[in-house]
Amino acid sequence: MSAPVTDQLSDDERIIDTNVYLSRWPFRRLAYDETSKLVERLKSSGISQAWAGSFDGLLHKDVGGVNLRLYEECKTLGEGLLRPVGSINPALPDWQEDVRRCAEDYQMHAIRLHPGYHGYLLSDPRFEQLLDQALHYRLIVQIAVRMEDVRTQHPLMRIPDVDVSPLTGLLVPRPDQLVMLLNSQQVVRASLLGAMAALPGVYVDMAMQEGMGGLSSLLKEFPQDRIVFGSYAPFFILESSLLKLQESEIGNQISHAIRYENANRLNAGRP
Amino acid sequence: MIWDLHCHLNGVEGRTPDEKIVRMLEYADRMNVGKLVFYMGWPFLADPSPDELRSQNDQVLQAISHWSDRALGFAYVSARYVDESLAEIERCITNGPMVGIKLWIAAKCADEQIDPIIKRCSELKVAIFQHTWIKATGNEPGESSPDDLIRLATRHPGVPLICGHTGGDWEKGIRIVRPFEQISVDTGGFDPTSGMVEMAVRELGADRVIYGSDVSGRSFGSQLAKVQGALIPDDAKRKILGGNLKRMLTPILKAKGVSV
Repeated sequence: MSAPVTDQLSDDERIIDTNVYLSRWPFRRLAYDETSKLVERLKSSGISQAWAGSFDGLLHKDVGGVNLRLYEECKTLGEGLLRPVGSINPALPDWQEDVRRCAEDYQMHAIRLHPGYHGYLLSDPRFEQLLDQALHYRLIVQIAVRMEDVRTQHPLMRIPDVDVSPLTGLLVPRPDQLVMLLNSQQVVRASLLGAMAALPGVYVDMAMQEGMGGLSSLLKEFPQDRIVFGSYAPFFILESSLLKLQESEIGNQISHAIRYENANRLNAGRP
Repeated sequence: MIWDLHCHLNGVEGRTPDEKIVRMLEYADRMNVGKLVFYMGWPFLADPSPDELRSQNDQVLQAISHWSDRALGFAYVSARYVDESLAEIERCITNGPMVGIKLWIAAKCADEQIDPIIKRCSELKVAIFQHTWIKATGNEPGESSPDDLIRLATRHPGVPLICGHTGGDWEKGIRIVRPFEQISVDTGGFDPTSGMVEMAVRELGADRVIYGSDVSGRSFGSQLAKVQGALIPDDAKRKILGGNLKRMLTPILKAKGVSV
């Protein structure tokens, strides 16, 4: 599937949303958890491309079925806006076949991991194998560091945040591997954020950036050319990330880089 | 005009209250927030002594002193120090410009020791903001939940109370306070999760929902989004973004001779 964009928009107006989900959040119906409604909502807010994972990837064990449905949903209802991002669970048997299908059968440009929900650490040897396979296929690896505030989780479903510190040791010898941390800002902070900033292949989205003028704060700690727009819609309200761009006084050039340019650069040369 | 119920000076750039509030108003201007309510100074103190309460209230009094058209203040008080808190209410509200109180996590509001504070605030018709959370990870020892708040409401029928953060776990918080018409919910200080404001309006009515951000720890943008992106009528948004707080504060503002 080639990289779709909304043709009527100029580059200055385009937004690439790197953090969108289809299907159903397991614990609550969301206002835009039907694909056609979400696509309409994204378009109305100027989103020209959205990298879409699936909430089904959190708990379903038939990940092959999850990714097939995601691929078909994006193709039939995505209106050229949705790019499917397949879920991979390296704790499942023969997960390597899921990676292959994402890359070869569905021509995906990225895969999305939920280590907290799948019960492994990034120090797990399977994650290192996954990185090697992703590098082979030139897949961007998105890691959902958190899906929900740990304080509000269902009491029978307590999911830990992901410790990304092993990435340093894994990515230094793999300088070409691209890793994007989603929903990371409440977890990856201070010296750990500095360690991630030192890895040229690590990108972060901004969905969970908080604080007054939060983007300005993030820009003091992380390179501007590796921060990308992410809304985490429909779990988060789309306006949240849009308004945060308005709130921080970051200038048009940096705003454009975050909204579009940085993610679009990752599109280049990928399916 | 947007009124923001929930603002803090803590964590803001600037060495003095005057410098900090100027910085905050710059951001507020960018987001079209017209009126801001401040409470607690810096640093955040979970169980402040009477001297620390006074000092933190002094910081807020100083911050709002030159911005009477934009900034309001609530006095930071503690049920651990009832007499001293009553004195702060007299100093900051009766004889000062503040228009409400903030109760944080020093003591649970279910405990009857807090009652003289609530009684005095009721006499003055000032706003009463109680922080609440329901944490899956466990509350702090003195941290109230919405269940604590409804016990307080039961002892003080008819006294308006604000349920800070809607209990954080808002699906539970809304249900807990639902039967208590005197309780309004604050939308600030938790993630911009889809559906919160819609549920609050459906279950409580728009008149009982008040926009707050919890800046500077939170972003104006993420917190405004909860209301501005909600699938509710425009009239309900207007109430939440300013109308309800203005209505709640009108008696005390009028008593102070402030035009509203």
